[in-house]
Amino acid sequence: MNAKTARSAQKLVVHAVLIIGAMFMVGPFIWMLLTSVKTFGESTLVPPVIFPAKFQWHNYKDVTAVLPFVHFYWNTVISSVAKTLGQLLLCSLAAYSFARIEFPGRNVIFIIVLSVLMVPSQIHILPQYMIMKSLGWLNSLQALIVPGLFSAFGTFLLRQFFMTLPKELEEAAKLDGCNHFQIYYRIMLPMVVPGLIALSIITMLWAWNDLLWPLVVNNSPEKMPLSVGLASLQGQNLTNYPVIMAGAVLAIWPMLLLFLLLQRYFVEGITLTGTKG
Amino acid sequence: MNSTELDLPRQPVLDERKQAKKRRFNPRTRGDYFWGYLMIAPTVLGLLVFSIWPVFQTLYFSFTSWGSFGNYEWTGTDNYKAMFADPMFWMALRNTFIYTCVTIPCAIALSIVAAVLLNQKIRGVTLYRTLYFLPVVTMPSAVAMVWKWLYNADYGLINYLLGAIGIKGPSWLTDPDIALYSMVIVAVWAAIGNNMVIFLSGLQGIPVSYYEAAAIDGAGSFKNFIFITLPLLTPTIFFVTIISLIGAFQVFDLVFMMIGPNSIVIEQTQSVVFLFYKNAFMLNNKGYAAAIAMVLFVIILLVTIVQMKLQKKWVHYS
Repeated sequence: MNAKTARSAQKLVVHAVLIIGAMFMVGPFIWMLLTSVKTFGESTLVPPVIFPAKFQWHNYKDVTAVLPFVHFYWNTVISSVAKTLGQLLLCSLAAYSFARIEFPGRNVIFIIVLSVLMVPSQIHILPQYMIMKSLGWLNSLQALIVPGLFSAFGTFLLRQFFMTLPKELEEAAKLDGCNHFQIYYRIMLPMVVPGLIALSIITMLWAWNDLLWPLVVNNSPEKMPLSVGLASLQGQNLTNYPVIMAGAVLAIWPMLLLFLLLQRYFVEGITLTGTKG
Repeated sequence: MNSTELDLPRQPVLDERKQAKKRRFNPRTRGDYFWGYLMIAPTVLGLLVFSIWPVFQTLYFSFTSWGSFGNYEWTGTDNYKAMFADPMFWMALRNTFIYTCVTIPCAIALSIVAAVLLNQKIRGVTLYRTLYFLPVVTMPSAVAMVWKWLYNADYGLINYLLGAIGIKGPSWLTDPDIALYSMVIVAVWAAIGNNMVIFLSGLQGIPVSYYEAAAIDGAGSFKNFIFITLPLLTPTIFFVTIISLIGAFQVFDLVFMMIGPNSIVIEQTQSVVFLFYKNAFMLNNKGYAAAIAMVLFVIILLVTIVQMKLQKKWVHYS
Protein backbone atom coordinates (compact mmCIF):
# COMPACT_ATOMS: atom_id res chain seq x y z
CA MET A 1 0.00 0.00 0.00
CA ASN A 2 2.79 2.41 0.93
CA ALA A 3 4.76 1.58 -2.17
CA LYS A 4 1.65 2.21 -4.22
CA THR A 5 1.12 5.66 -2.72
CA ALA A 6 4.77 6.48 -3.28
CA ARG A 7 4.47 5.44 -6.86
CA SER A 8 1.39 7.53 -7.57
CA ALA A 9 3.03 10.48 -5.80
CA GLN A 10 6.00 10.05 -8.07
CA LYS A 11 3.73 9.96 -11.10
CA LEU A 12 2.08 13.15 -9.93
CA VAL A 13 5.47 14.89 -9.72
CA VAL A 14 6.39 13.64 -13.19
CA HIS A 15 3.16 15.02 -14.61
CA ALA A 16 3.67 18.33 -12.83
CA VAL A 17 7.14 18.66 -14.34
CA LEU A 18 5.89 17.67 -17.79
CA ILE A 19 3.00 20.11 -17.65
CA ILE A 20 5.25 22.99 -16.65
CA GLY A 21 7.54 21.97 -19.50
CA ALA A 22 4.63 21.83 -21.92
CA MET A 23 3.50 25.31 -20.87
CA PHE A 24 6.99 26.63 -21.56
CA MET A 25 7.05 24.92 -24.96
CA VAL A 26 3.53 25.79 -26.10
CA GLY A 27 2.99 29.10 -24.33
CA PRO A 28 4.64 31.18 -27.07
CA PHE A 29 2.38 29.59 -29.69
CA ILE A 30 -0.76 30.28 -27.70
CA TRP A 31 0.30 33.84 -27.01
CA MET A 32 1.02 34.35 -30.69
CA LEU A 33 -2.46 33.12 -31.63
CA LEU A 34 -4.19 35.19 -28.97
CA THR A 35 -2.25 38.33 -29.82
CA SER A 36 -3.02 37.90 -33.51
CA VAL A 37 -6.74 38.42 -32.88
CA LYS A 38 -6.51 41.40 -30.53
CA THR A 39 -6.79 45.07 -31.30
CA PHE A 40 -3.59 47.06 -31.06
CA GLY A 41 -4.96 48.67 -27.88
CA GLU A 42 -5.72 45.33 -26.27
CA SER A 43 -2.26 44.05 -27.03
CA THR A 44 -0.65 46.86 -25.08
CA LEU A 45 -2.82 46.65 -21.97
CA VAL A 46 -1.08 46.16 -18.63
CA PRO A 47 -2.05 43.80 -17.06
CA PRO A 48 -2.54 41.95 -20.36
CA VAL A 49 -5.93 40.57 -21.27
CA ILE A 50 -5.84 36.93 -22.26
CA PHE A 51 -8.79 36.95 -24.64
CA PRO A 52 -9.78 39.88 -26.83
CA ALA A 53 -13.23 41.39 -26.33
CA LYS A 54 -13.91 40.52 -29.93
CA PHE A 55 -11.80 38.33 -32.16
CA GLN A 56 -10.14 40.64 -34.65
CA TRP A 57 -9.82 38.28 -37.58
CA HIS A 58 -9.29 41.24 -39.87
CA ASN A 59 -5.69 41.39 -38.61
CA TYR A 60 -5.03 38.53 -41.00
CA LYS A 61 -6.56 40.48 -43.84
CA ASP A 62 -4.60 43.56 -42.81
CA VAL A 63 -1.28 41.79 -42.91
CA THR A 64 -1.97 40.44 -46.37
CA ALA A 65 -2.82 43.97 -47.43
CA VAL A 66 0.54 45.25 -46.17
CA LEU A 67 2.55 42.50 -47.84
CA PRO A 68 1.85 40.14 -50.76
CA PHE A 69 1.40 36.95 -48.76
CA VAL A 70 -0.02 35.14 -51.77
CA HIS A 71 3.34 35.59 -53.48
CA PHE A 72 5.15 34.52 -50.31
CA TYR A 73 3.16 31.31 -50.14
CA TRP A 74 3.64 30.60 -53.81
CA ASN A 75 7.40 31.18 -53.64
CA THR A 76 7.83 29.12 -50.49
CA VAL A 77 5.66 26.22 -51.60
CA ILE A 78 7.07 26.01 -55.12
CA SER A 79 10.69 26.32 -54.05
CA SER A 80 10.38 23.87 -51.14
CA VAL A 81 8.55 21.27 -53.20
CA ALA A 82 10.85 21.65 -56.20
CA LYS A 83 13.94 21.41 -54.02
CA THR A 84 12.57 18.33 -52.28
CA LEU A 85 11.58 16.51 -55.47
CA GLY A 86 14.84 17.47 -57.15
CA GLN A 87 16.91 16.20 -54.25
CA LEU A 88 14.93 12.99 -54.06
CA LEU A 89 15.68 12.25 -57.70
CA LEU A 90 19.29 13.41 -57.92
CA CYS A 91 20.41 12.14 -54.52
CA SER A 92 18.82 8.73 -54.98
CA LEU A 93 20.43 8.33 -58.41
CA ALA A 94 23.86 9.22 -57.05
CA ALA A 95 23.33 7.21 -53.88
CA TYR A 96 22.36 4.11 -55.84
CA SER A 97 25.42 4.46 -58.01
CA PHE A 98 27.79 4.97 -55.06
CA ALA A 99 26.27 2.07 -53.17
CA ARG A 100 25.66 -0.53 -55.88
CA ILE A 101 27.86 0.06 -58.94
CA GLU A 102 31.59 -0.42 -59.12
CA PHE A 103 33.40 2.05 -61.32
CA PRO A 104 36.91 3.49 -61.33
CA GLY A 105 37.36 6.39 -58.92
CA ARG A 106 34.17 5.66 -57.03
CA ASN A 107 35.68 5.92 -53.58
CA VAL A 108 37.67 9.05 -54.32
CA ILE A 109 34.63 10.80 -55.76
CA PHE A 110 32.53 9.71 -52.82
CA ILE A 111 35.04 11.11 -50.35
CA ILE A 112 35.04 14.40 -52.24
CA VAL A 113 31.25 14.46 -51.99
CA LEU A 114 31.45 13.71 -48.28
CA SER A 115 33.96 16.49 -47.73
CA VAL A 116 31.20 18.94 -48.65
CA LEU A 117 29.49 17.98 -45.39
CA MET A 118 32.39 19.46 -43.44
CA VAL A 119 31.97 22.92 -44.90
CA PRO A 120 29.56 25.39 -43.30
CA SER A 121 27.12 26.74 -45.86
CA GLN A 122 28.23 30.36 -45.36
CA ILE A 123 31.37 29.51 -47.29
CA HIS A 124 29.28 28.94 -50.41
CA ILE A 125 27.05 31.95 -50.16
CA LEU A 126 29.24 34.61 -51.76
CA PRO A 127 30.24 32.58 -54.83
CA GLN A 128 26.70 31.21 -55.19
CA TYR A 129 25.36 34.74 -55.02
CA MET A 130 27.73 35.75 -57.80
CA ILE A 131 26.67 32.81 -59.95
CA MET A 132 23.03 33.83 -59.49
CA LYS A 133 23.88 37.42 -60.31
CA SER A 134 25.80 36.56 -63.46
CA LEU A 135 22.96 34.33 -64.64
CA GLY A 136 20.51 37.14 -63.99
CA TRP A 137 18.70 34.96 -61.49
CA LEU A 138 18.52 37.36 -58.56
CA ASN A 139 14.88 37.71 -57.52
CA SER A 140 13.76 34.53 -59.20
CA LEU A 141 12.43 31.17 -58.16
CA GLN A 142 15.44 29.48 -59.74
CA ALA A 143 17.69 31.26 -57.25
CA LEU A 144 15.76 29.65 -54.40
CA ILE A 145 15.71 26.23 -56.00
CA VAL A 146 18.71 25.43 -58.16
CA PRO A 147 21.63 25.71 -55.70
CA GLY A 148 19.68 23.52 -53.28
CA LEU A 149 19.11 20.65 -55.67
CA PHE A 150 22.47 19.02 -55.05
CA SER A 151 22.95 17.55 -51.64
CA ALA A 152 25.94 15.69 -50.28
CA PHE A 153 23.94 15.03 -47.16
CA GLY A 154 21.01 13.49 -49.04
CA THR A 155 23.34 11.37 -51.15
CA PHE A 156 25.09 10.09 -48.04
CA LEU A 157 21.81 9.38 -46.25
CA LEU A 158 20.27 7.43 -49.13
CA ARG A 159 23.49 5.57 -49.83
CA GLN A 160 23.22 4.11 -46.33
CA PHE A 161 19.82 2.72 -47.28
CA PHE A 162 20.92 1.32 -50.62
CA MET A 163 23.92 -0.36 -48.96
CA THR A 164 21.69 -2.54 -46.80
CA LEU A 165 19.86 -4.21 -49.69
CA PRO A 166 20.91 -7.78 -50.56
CA LYS A 167 23.09 -8.35 -53.61
CA GLU A 168 20.93 -11.19 -54.91
CA LEU A 169 18.27 -8.69 -55.93
CA GLU A 170 20.34 -7.04 -58.59
CA GLU A 171 22.00 -10.29 -59.65
CA ALA A 172 18.59 -11.69 -60.48
CA ALA A 173 17.55 -8.52 -62.25
CA LYS A 174 20.76 -8.47 -64.28
CA LEU A 175 20.14 -12.02 -65.43
CA ASP A 176 16.77 -10.81 -66.61
CA GLY A 177 18.59 -8.23 -68.68
CA CYS A 178 17.82 -5.14 -66.64
CA ASN A 179 20.26 -2.27 -66.86
CA HIS A 180 21.23 -0.26 -63.81
CA PHE A 181 18.65 2.41 -64.30
CA GLN A 182 15.94 -0.23 -64.44
CA ILE A 183 17.29 -1.95 -61.34
CA TYR A 184 17.39 1.39 -59.57
CA TYR A 185 13.96 2.47 -60.66
CA ARG A 186 11.98 -0.76 -60.53
CA ILE A 187 13.61 -2.77 -57.78
CA MET A 188 15.76 -0.72 -55.43
CA LEU A 189 13.90 2.58 -55.18
CA PRO A 190 10.73 1.04 -53.75
CA MET A 191 12.87 -0.62 -51.09
CA VAL A 192 14.40 2.58 -49.77
CA VAL A 193 11.13 4.44 -49.31
CA PRO A 194 11.78 5.06 -45.59
CA GLY A 195 14.99 6.85 -46.55
CA LEU A 196 13.20 8.86 -49.22
CA ILE A 197 10.56 9.92 -46.73
CA ALA A 198 13.17 10.99 -44.18
CA LEU A 199 15.03 13.00 -46.80
CA SER A 200 11.85 14.68 -48.07
CA ILE A 201 10.77 15.70 -44.59
CA ILE A 202 14.14 17.14 -43.71
CA THR A 203 14.62 18.92 -47.03
CA MET A 204 11.11 20.33 -46.90
CA LEU A 205 11.65 21.61 -43.37
CA TRP A 206 14.99 23.21 -44.21
CA ALA A 207 13.70 24.75 -47.40
CA TRP A 208 10.53 26.10 -45.80
CA ASN A 209 12.34 27.69 -42.88
CA ASP A 210 15.56 28.89 -44.50
CA LEU A 211 16.25 32.58 -44.10
CA LEU A 212 19.85 33.52 -44.93
CA TRP A 213 20.05 32.37 -48.56
CA PRO A 214 16.68 33.78 -49.73
CA LEU A 215 17.46 36.99 -47.88
CA VAL A 216 20.61 37.31 -49.96
CA VAL A 217 19.15 36.53 -53.38
CA ASN A 218 15.50 37.57 -53.36
CA ASN A 219 14.63 40.97 -51.97
CA SER A 220 11.74 42.03 -54.14
CA PRO A 221 8.43 41.29 -52.36
CA GLU A 222 7.02 39.37 -55.33
CA LYS A 223 9.88 36.87 -55.16
CA MET A 224 10.36 36.52 -51.43
CA PRO A 225 9.55 33.36 -49.51
CA LEU A 226 7.62 33.57 -46.24
CA SER A 227 10.73 33.74 -44.05
CA VAL A 228 12.06 36.84 -45.78
CA GLY A 229 8.54 38.24 -45.93
CA LEU A 230 8.39 38.11 -42.14
CA ALA A 231 11.69 39.93 -41.94
CA SER A 232 10.38 42.72 -44.12
CA LEU A 233 7.14 42.81 -42.16
CA GLN A 234 9.11 43.48 -39.06
CA GLY A 235 10.91 46.30 -40.80
CA GLN A 236 7.65 47.95 -41.86
CA ASN A 237 5.47 47.52 -38.86
CA LEU A 238 7.55 47.79 -35.77
CA THR A 239 4.86 48.21 -33.13
CA ASN A 240 1.62 46.71 -34.33
CA TYR A 241 2.15 43.32 -32.76
CA PRO A 242 -1.29 41.85 -33.46
CA VAL A 243 -0.70 42.29 -37.19
CA ILE A 244 2.87 41.00 -36.92
CA MET A 245 1.68 37.93 -35.03
CA ALA A 246 -0.97 37.32 -37.67
CA GLY A 247 1.84 37.28 -40.22
CA ALA A 248 3.84 34.84 -38.11
CA VAL A 249 0.82 32.52 -37.80
CA LEU A 250 0.34 32.64 -41.56
CA ALA A 251 3.97 31.66 -42.05
CA ILE A 252 4.06 28.68 -39.71
CA TRP A 253 0.70 26.95 -39.91
CA PRO A 254 1.35 24.84 -43.04
CA MET A 255 4.45 23.21 -41.54
CA LEU A 256 2.72 22.68 -38.20
CA LEU A 257 -0.22 21.05 -39.95
CA LEU A 258 2.08 18.86 -42.01
CA PHE A 259 3.83 17.84 -38.81
CA LEU A 260 0.59 16.96 -37.04
CA LEU A 261 -0.46 14.81 -40.00
CA LEU A 262 2.89 13.10 -40.53
CA GLN A 263 4.25 13.14 -37.00
CA ARG A 264 5.86 9.73 -37.09
CA TYR A 265 7.81 10.56 -40.23
CA PHE A 266 9.05 13.87 -38.85
CA VAL A 267 10.33 12.18 -35.73
CA GLU A 268 11.97 9.41 -37.76
CA GLY A 269 13.52 11.95 -40.10
CA ILE A 270 15.01 13.96 -37.26
CA THR A 271 16.20 10.84 -35.46
CA LEU A 272 17.91 9.57 -38.58
CA THR A 273 19.59 12.79 -39.53
CA GLY A 274 20.10 14.52 -36.22
CA THR A 275 18.96 17.98 -36.95
CA LYS A 276 16.86 20.52 -38.68
CA GLY A 277 19.81 22.62 -39.72
CA MET B 1 25.45 -11.19 -72.95
CA ASN B 2 25.81 -13.06 -69.73
CA SER B 3 27.75 -15.98 -71.16
CA THR B 4 31.07 -14.95 -69.59
CA GLU B 5 29.53 -14.98 -66.21
CA LEU B 6 27.93 -18.36 -66.68
CA ASP B 7 30.98 -19.97 -68.28
CA LEU B 8 33.40 -18.77 -65.66
CA PRO B 9 33.29 -21.72 -63.25
CA ARG B 10 34.18 -24.18 -65.97
CA GLN B 11 37.22 -22.27 -67.09
CA PRO B 12 40.66 -22.80 -65.58
CA VAL B 13 41.66 -20.08 -63.16
CA LEU B 14 42.83 -17.06 -65.10
CA ASP B 15 45.85 -15.11 -63.99
CA GLU B 16 45.15 -11.61 -62.81
CA ARG B 17 46.23 -9.77 -65.88
CA LYS B 18 44.06 -11.79 -68.13
CA GLN B 19 41.19 -11.32 -65.78
CA ALA B 20 41.68 -7.57 -65.80
CA LYS B 21 41.78 -7.58 -69.56
CA LYS B 22 38.71 -9.66 -69.68
CA ARG B 23 36.92 -7.27 -67.37
CA ARG B 24 37.85 -4.30 -69.49
CA PHE B 25 36.22 -5.80 -72.50
CA ASN B 26 33.30 -7.24 -70.68
CA PRO B 27 30.37 -5.30 -72.03
CA ARG B 28 28.60 -5.58 -68.74
CA THR B 29 31.39 -3.89 -66.84
CA ARG B 30 31.50 -1.16 -69.44
CA GLY B 31 27.78 -0.78 -68.95
CA ASP B 32 28.38 -0.54 -65.23
CA TYR B 33 30.85 2.31 -65.70
CA PHE B 34 28.48 4.12 -67.99
CA TRP B 35 25.54 3.93 -65.59
CA GLY B 36 27.78 4.57 -62.61
CA TYR B 37 29.09 7.85 -63.96
CA LEU B 38 25.80 8.92 -65.49
CA MET B 39 23.87 8.48 -62.27
CA ILE B 40 26.28 10.43 -60.09
CA ALA B 41 26.86 13.10 -62.73
CA PRO B 42 24.11 15.59 -61.84
CA THR B 43 24.84 15.60 -58.11
CA VAL B 44 28.61 15.57 -58.48
CA LEU B 45 28.64 18.34 -61.10
CA GLY B 46 26.15 20.39 -59.09
CA LEU B 47 28.21 20.04 -55.96
CA LEU B 48 31.36 20.98 -57.87
CA VAL B 49 29.76 24.17 -59.14
CA PHE B 50 27.77 25.19 -56.06
CA SER B 51 29.72 23.75 -53.14
CA ILE B 52 33.26 22.65 -53.87
CA TRP B 53 34.57 25.27 -56.26
CA PRO B 54 33.01 28.03 -54.08
CA VAL B 55 35.26 27.00 -51.20
CA PHE B 56 38.30 27.90 -53.28
CA GLN B 57 36.60 31.02 -54.58
CA THR B 58 35.83 32.19 -51.06
CA LEU B 59 39.39 31.43 -50.08
CA TYR B 60 40.57 33.55 -53.00
CA PHE B 61 38.12 36.37 -52.23
CA SER B 62 39.41 36.48 -48.69
CA PHE B 63 42.64 37.90 -50.12
CA THR B 64 40.90 40.60 -52.14
CA SER B 65 39.32 43.98 -51.65
CA TRP B 66 36.06 44.92 -53.39
CA GLY B 67 34.98 48.08 -55.14
CA SER B 68 31.41 49.23 -55.51
CA PHE B 69 30.89 47.75 -59.00
CA GLY B 70 31.78 44.17 -58.18
CA ASN B 71 35.41 44.71 -59.16
CA TYR B 72 38.04 43.35 -56.81
CA GLU B 73 41.79 43.37 -56.45
CA TRP B 74 44.35 41.24 -54.68
CA THR B 75 45.33 42.69 -51.33
CA GLY B 76 47.16 39.77 -49.78
CA THR B 77 46.52 39.12 -46.12
CA ASP B 78 45.10 42.58 -45.45
CA ASN B 79 41.62 41.24 -44.66
CA TYR B 80 42.96 38.81 -42.10
CA LYS B 81 45.16 41.48 -40.53
CA ALA B 82 42.22 43.85 -40.36
CA MET B 83 40.03 41.12 -38.93
CA PHE B 84 42.39 40.18 -36.13
CA ALA B 85 42.75 43.86 -35.26
CA ASP B 86 38.99 44.43 -35.38
CA PRO B 87 37.30 44.50 -31.95
CA MET B 88 33.96 43.80 -33.68
CA PHE B 89 35.30 40.51 -34.93
CA TRP B 90 36.51 39.44 -31.51
CA MET B 91 33.23 40.53 -30.03
CA ALA B 92 31.32 38.44 -32.57
CA LEU B 93 33.56 35.48 -31.81
CA ARG B 94 33.01 35.94 -28.08
CA ASN B 95 29.24 36.19 -28.57
CA THR B 96 29.17 33.06 -30.67
CA PHE B 97 31.24 31.14 -28.15
CA ILE B 98 29.11 32.20 -25.19
CA TYR B 99 25.93 31.46 -27.12
CA THR B 100 27.22 28.01 -28.07
CA CYS B 101 28.67 27.08 -24.70
CA VAL B 102 25.55 28.05 -22.76
CA THR B 103 22.92 26.86 -25.22
CA ILE B 104 24.23 23.37 -25.87
CA PRO B 105 24.63 22.07 -22.30
CA CYS B 106 21.30 23.55 -21.23
CA ALA B 107 19.49 22.17 -24.25
CA ILE B 108 21.06 18.73 -23.84
CA ALA B 109 20.38 18.54 -20.10
CA LEU B 110 16.75 19.60 -20.46
CA SER B 111 16.11 17.34 -23.41
CA ILE B 112 17.59 14.33 -21.60
CA VAL B 113 15.25 15.03 -18.68
CA ALA B 114 12.33 15.33 -21.10
CA ALA B 115 13.32 12.15 -22.92
CA VAL B 116 13.72 10.12 -19.72
CA LEU B 117 10.36 11.33 -18.39
CA LEU B 118 8.66 10.65 -21.70
CA ASN B 119 10.21 7.22 -22.06
CA GLN B 120 7.88 5.90 -19.36
CA LYS B 121 4.44 4.45 -19.60
CA ILE B 122 2.42 7.40 -18.41
CA ARG B 123 -0.79 8.93 -19.55
CA GLY B 124 -0.61 11.48 -22.34
CA VAL B 125 2.93 10.62 -23.34
CA THR B 126 2.22 11.08 -27.05
CA LEU B 127 0.61 14.44 -26.50
CA TYR B 128 3.58 15.66 -24.44
CA ARG B 129 6.00 14.53 -27.14
CA THR B 130 4.00 16.31 -29.81
CA LEU B 131 3.86 19.54 -27.84
CA TYR B 132 7.57 19.49 -27.04
CA PHE B 133 8.37 18.95 -30.69
CA LEU B 134 6.34 21.88 -32.06
CA PRO B 135 9.18 24.45 -31.98
CA VAL B 136 11.29 22.19 -34.18
CA VAL B 137 8.94 22.59 -37.13
CA THR B 138 8.40 26.30 -36.61
CA MET B 139 10.11 28.80 -38.87
CA PRO B 140 12.96 30.41 -36.89
CA SER B 141 12.11 33.88 -38.14
CA ALA B 142 8.56 33.47 -36.80
CA VAL B 143 9.92 32.08 -33.55
CA ALA B 144 12.15 35.13 -33.21
CA MET B 145 9.22 37.49 -33.74
CA VAL B 146 7.06 35.80 -31.15
CA TRP B 147 9.79 35.85 -28.55
CA LYS B 148 10.55 39.45 -29.35
CA TRP B 149 6.96 40.19 -28.43
CA LEU B 150 7.12 38.04 -25.30
CA TYR B 151 10.32 39.82 -24.28
CA ASN B 152 8.89 43.29 -24.91
CA ALA B 153 9.93 45.41 -21.93
CA ASP B 154 6.68 47.38 -21.67
CA TYR B 155 3.91 45.06 -22.82
CA GLY B 156 5.62 41.68 -22.93
CA LEU B 157 4.04 38.69 -21.23
CA ILE B 158 7.27 37.55 -19.60
CA ASN B 159 7.92 40.69 -17.64
CA TYR B 160 4.29 40.86 -16.64
CA LEU B 161 4.44 37.32 -15.24
CA LEU B 162 7.72 38.09 -13.49
CA GLY B 163 6.15 41.23 -12.06
CA ALA B 164 3.23 39.19 -10.77
CA ILE B 165 5.60 37.20 -8.57
CA GLY B 166 7.47 40.32 -7.50
CA ILE B 167 10.45 40.27 -9.86
CA LYS B 168 11.26 43.29 -11.92
CA GLY B 169 12.00 41.88 -15.37
CA PRO B 170 15.01 43.19 -17.29
CA SER B 171 15.03 44.82 -20.70
CA TRP B 172 15.55 41.49 -22.38
CA LEU B 173 16.49 42.71 -25.82
CA THR B 174 18.10 46.07 -25.13
CA ASP B 175 20.25 45.42 -22.07
CA PRO B 176 23.75 44.67 -23.42
CA ASP B 177 24.47 42.25 -20.57
CA ILE B 178 21.23 40.32 -21.04
CA ALA B 179 20.34 40.29 -24.74
CA LEU B 180 22.73 37.46 -25.64
CA TYR B 181 21.21 35.26 -22.95
CA SER B 182 17.72 36.12 -24.13
CA MET B 183 18.78 34.56 -27.42
CA VAL B 184 20.14 31.54 -25.56
CA ILE B 185 16.75 30.94 -23.90
CA VAL B 186 15.00 30.94 -27.27
CA ALA B 187 17.64 28.67 -28.78
CA VAL B 188 17.26 26.19 -25.92
CA TRP B 189 13.48 26.31 -26.29
CA ALA B 190 13.80 25.60 -30.02
CA ALA B 191 16.31 22.76 -29.57
CA ILE B 192 14.69 20.70 -26.82
CA GLY B 193 12.22 18.85 -29.04
CA ASN B 194 14.84 18.11 -31.65
CA ASN B 195 17.30 16.64 -29.13
CA MET B 196 14.55 14.90 -27.20
CA VAL B 197 13.49 12.63 -30.05
CA ILE B 198 17.10 11.64 -30.67
CA PHE B 199 17.58 10.85 -26.99
CA LEU B 200 14.33 8.91 -26.95
CA SER B 201 15.59 6.65 -29.68
CA GLY B 202 18.88 6.36 -27.80
CA LEU B 203 17.01 5.35 -24.65
CA GLN B 204 15.02 2.76 -26.52
CA GLY B 205 18.29 1.21 -27.61
CA ILE B 206 19.33 0.46 -24.02
CA PRO B 207 18.57 -3.21 -23.26
CA VAL B 208 15.97 -3.74 -20.54
CA SER B 209 18.15 -6.48 -19.04
CA TYR B 210 20.48 -3.83 -17.55
CA TYR B 211 17.62 -2.38 -15.56
CA GLU B 212 16.37 -5.81 -14.54
CA ALA B 213 19.79 -6.67 -13.19
CA ALA B 214 19.89 -3.37 -11.32
CA ALA B 215 16.43 -4.01 -9.89
CA ILE B 216 17.69 -7.28 -8.39
CA ASP B 217 20.48 -5.29 -6.76
CA GLY B 218 17.80 -2.95 -5.42
CA ALA B 219 18.94 0.17 -7.26
CA GLY B 220 16.50 3.12 -7.29
CA SER B 221 15.49 5.05 -10.37
CA PHE B 222 17.96 7.89 -9.70
CA LYS B 223 20.82 5.42 -9.35
CA ASN B 224 19.65 3.72 -12.52
CA PHE B 225 19.81 7.01 -14.33
CA ILE B 226 23.34 7.85 -13.18
CA PHE B 227 24.92 4.41 -13.53
CA ILE B 228 23.05 2.87 -16.44
CA THR B 229 21.12 5.37 -18.51
CA LEU B 230 23.66 8.17 -18.65
CA PRO B 231 26.75 6.09 -19.53
CA LEU B 232 24.86 4.13 -22.17
CA LEU B 233 23.47 7.34 -23.59
CA THR B 234 26.91 8.90 -24.11
CA PRO B 235 27.16 7.94 -27.80
CA THR B 236 23.86 9.75 -28.37
CA ILE B 237 25.02 12.72 -26.30
CA PHE B 238 28.16 12.84 -28.40
CA PHE B 239 26.16 12.77 -31.63
CA VAL B 240 23.83 15.52 -30.43
CA THR B 241 26.76 17.61 -29.23
CA ILE B 242 28.54 17.50 -32.58
CA ILE B 243 25.38 18.34 -34.52
CA SER B 244 24.45 21.14 -32.11
CA LEU B 245 27.95 22.64 -32.14
CA ILE B 246 27.94 22.95 -35.90
CA GLY B 247 24.46 24.48 -35.82
CA ALA B 248 25.17 26.89 -32.95
CA PHE B 249 28.31 28.27 -34.54
CA GLN B 250 26.22 29.24 -37.54
CA VAL B 251 23.50 31.08 -35.63
CA PHE B 252 22.06 33.88 -37.72
CA ASP B 253 18.24 33.95 -37.82
CA LEU B 254 17.84 34.82 -34.15
CA VAL B 255 20.28 37.72 -34.29
CA PHE B 256 18.84 39.08 -37.49
CA MET B 257 15.17 38.74 -36.56
CA MET B 258 15.07 39.18 -32.80
CA ILE B 259 17.81 41.75 -32.29
CA GLY B 260 18.13 43.24 -35.77
CA PRO B 261 20.87 45.20 -37.55
CA ASN B 262 19.80 48.53 -36.06
CA SER B 263 19.55 47.49 -32.43
CA ILE B 264 21.65 49.28 -29.82
CA VAL B 265 22.90 45.93 -28.54
CA ILE B 266 23.83 44.46 -31.91
CA GLU B 267 27.54 44.59 -31.06
CA GLN B 268 26.96 42.61 -27.89
CA THR B 269 24.86 40.01 -29.67
CA GLN B 270 26.01 39.68 -33.26
CA SER B 271 27.29 36.28 -34.23
CA VAL B 272 30.10 35.46 -36.63
CA VAL B 273 27.64 34.61 -39.40
CA PHE B 274 25.74 37.82 -38.81
CA LEU B 275 29.01 39.75 -39.12
CA PHE B 276 29.66 37.85 -42.33
CA TYR B 277 26.24 38.76 -43.70
CA LYS B 278 26.61 42.40 -42.68
CA ASN B 279 29.98 42.75 -44.39
CA ALA B 280 29.05 40.82 -47.49
CA PHE B 281 25.61 42.21 -48.23
CA MET B 282 25.06 45.38 -46.22
CA LEU B 283 28.52 47.00 -46.29
CA ASN B 284 29.85 45.45 -49.50
CA ASN B 285 33.09 44.37 -47.81
CA LYS B 286 32.92 41.07 -49.64
CA GLY B 287 36.63 40.31 -49.29
CA TYR B 288 36.48 40.87 -45.56
CA ALA B 289 33.30 38.77 -45.34
CA ALA B 290 35.06 35.95 -47.18
CA ALA B 291 37.87 36.05 -44.62
CA ILE B 292 35.28 35.81 -41.82
CA ALA B 293 33.69 32.81 -43.52
CA MET B 294 37.06 31.10 -43.83
CA VAL B 295 37.82 31.61 -40.16
CA LEU B 296 34.40 30.23 -39.25
CA PHE B 297 35.12 27.18 -41.37
CA VAL B 298 38.45 26.60 -39.63
CA ILE B 299 36.90 27.04 -36.17
CA ILE B 300 34.10 24.57 -36.87
CA LEU B 301 36.63 22.10 -38.26
CA LEU B 302 38.90 22.45 -35.22
CA VAL B 303 36.08 22.15 -32.72
CA THR B 304 34.78 19.03 -34.48
CA ILE B 305 38.24 17.46 -34.50
CA VAL B 306 38.74 18.24 -30.81
CA GLN B 307 35.36 16.67 -30.02
CA MET B 308 36.28 13.59 -32.03
CA LYS B 309 39.53 13.26 -30.08
CA LEU B 310 37.91 13.89 -26.73
CA GLN B 311 35.16 11.34 -27.29
CA LYS B 312 37.44 8.46 -26.30
CA LYS B 313 37.57 9.93 -22.82
CA TRP B 314 33.86 9.99 -22.12
CA VAL B 315 31.86 8.10 -24.71
CA HIS B 316 31.06 4.46 -23.93
CA TYR B 317 30.50 2.17 -26.87
CA SER B 318 29.15 -1.12 -25.69
